[in-house]
Amino acid sequence: MTPAMTSHKRHPGILTRIGSYYMRHAQTLIYTLGQLLRAPFAMLMTAAVIGIALALPTGLHVLLKNAELFSGEIDGATQISLFLKRGASEQQAQQLTHRLRQLPEIGKVRFISKQEALKEFKKNAGFSEAMKALTENPLPHVIVIHPALQHTGEQAVKKLLVRLQGMVHVDVAQLDEEWIKRLYSIMDFIKRGVWILAAMLALAVLLVVGNTIRLAIQNRREEIIVIKLIGGTDAFIRRPFLYTGFWYGLFGALIAFVLISLSLWLLNEPLERLASLYHRERQLTSLDTQSGLLLFGGGILLGLAGSWLAVGRHLRDIEPR
Amino acid sequence: MIHFSNTSKRYASGQDALLNVSFEIEQGEMVFITGHSGAGKSTLLKLVALLERPSRGQVIVNGQNLARVKRRQIPYFRRDIGIIFQDHQLLFDRTVFDNVALPLVIAGHPHAEIARRVRAALDKVGLLKKEKHYPITLSGGEQQRVGIARAVVHKPALVLADEPTGNLDPELSWDIMQIFNDFSQVGVTALIASHDLDLISRMQRRQLILKNGQLLQDHRVST
Repeated sequence: MTPAMTSHKRHPGILTRIGSYYMRHAQTLIYTLGQLLRAPFAMLMTAAVIGIALALPTGLHVLLKNAELFSGEIDGATQISLFLKRGASEQQAQQLTHRLRQLPEIGKVRFISKQEALKEFKKNAGFSEAMKALTENPLPHVIVIHPALQHTGEQAVKKLLVRLQGMVHVDVAQLDEEWIKRLYSIMDFIKRGVWILAAMLALAVLLVVGNTIRLAIQNRREEIIVIKLIGGTDAFIRRPFLYTGFWYGLFGALIAFVLISLSLWLLNEPLERLASLYHRERQLTSLDTQSGLLLFGGGILLGLAGSWLAVGRHLRDIEPR
Repeated sequence: MIHFSNTSKRYASGQDALLNVSFEIEQGEMVFITGHSGAGKSTLLKLVALLERPSRGQVIVNGQNLARVKRRQIPYFRRDIGIIFQDHQLLFDRTVFDNVALPLVIAGHPHAEIARRVRAALDKVGLLKKEKHYPITLSGGEQQRVGIARAVVHKPALVLADEPTGNLDPELSWDIMQIFNDFSQVGVTALIASHDLDLISRMQRRQLILKNGQLLQDHRVST
């Protein structure tokens, strides 16, 4: 007789046993869900706390993603704005524009006189009332320069910037990339902050689940003792509590998802209005698949981890005497 | 089946619950442990079920030296034992059926087998018709019989009972003892702690008489 056959003979029901192992897991999963739904209000309270804790960092993450997309659109080409000195006349400005056109480093030049700028300003920014109050045009002439394609490298642009800065009538030469760089560093800063917030709130979720499970363990003290007396392993006792943690995590993530969707819906209308001021059509993008998976996976994982910690700490204390 | 050699148990409080107790019980024997309360009956059972560990001496159960059973292995060790308590230790949020099924569920038996064996155990204690009831609706005697059914449903080789008839009237107590008698007929070893001397003397079985933690007398009955 081969070893395989002997072992088969010794465990005639090995396949049914494996089958019933998964059956029992599935049963425990459904059973714990039933237990939770028996007290829906208490369950929802806990799940809502978890949901809010999960929604905060996830929601901020979504907003950041949107901001990144938005700034990416503006990022396009490098552009230098030359703000001319207040004293420079329009004619001088025109001459300068003409001279700049001759430079090989420069691709496109556009002159915006201060009158044009004022008109544009009144039309777009919705400042018309405030502008009317001004007796004199406060805006300078501006020349907007796009460097020639072969001169858009960082070094070349820097060199050009220095040269432009040194020209007559030029007050400030400003590389418009600057503010985008600044925006990015601000966003990096906020991103780091969101991660820190997420870490702290993850800890909060861990503690909330842990505490809820701790109470559940205390409520079922008698049952645990009986199960230990008749040969239940720690894994067997742990299982329903772990699944309870799983459900809390899942429901928490679900609530967070609803909260985020609701917030985005509420933010969409004012954002559209804001975007229209920039002559842009914009819609907030919701949770992408990756962030959604992260939310649900993270929620479930935290639920499991929280209950694991609680069970590990409190199960040993409960021993039959 | 059970072997105590110079076994002592001193609790953390300094109280000596058992002192130098030695005895041997064969498989299929039905043995009563008697003595006043505080004589060490419960402690003796707890040592057998690994609810406590001896301070000195050895306990061997079913050929296994209990000192070598690690904490992790205790559940598997207990699955070969059926334990019956004076206060039944039933779970009141589950039906009689689910209470009795618990040892089989824990051991991971398939569903059909559980149902069959639970009904057989309930039939044995005469409660087949009450399988869907909740323990709270049963009388004290019936609850105790549910406890017995749960203790034997997985066919353990050894049954421990701590004052199983403690709260029952003499007639019900006699019925319970007959159930234990039946088990010992089929080779199950039974160790029963009781101070119901009247009942025990009628049973005509071996008695271990404890006093202040010491084995006062090993009273064997020739059959």
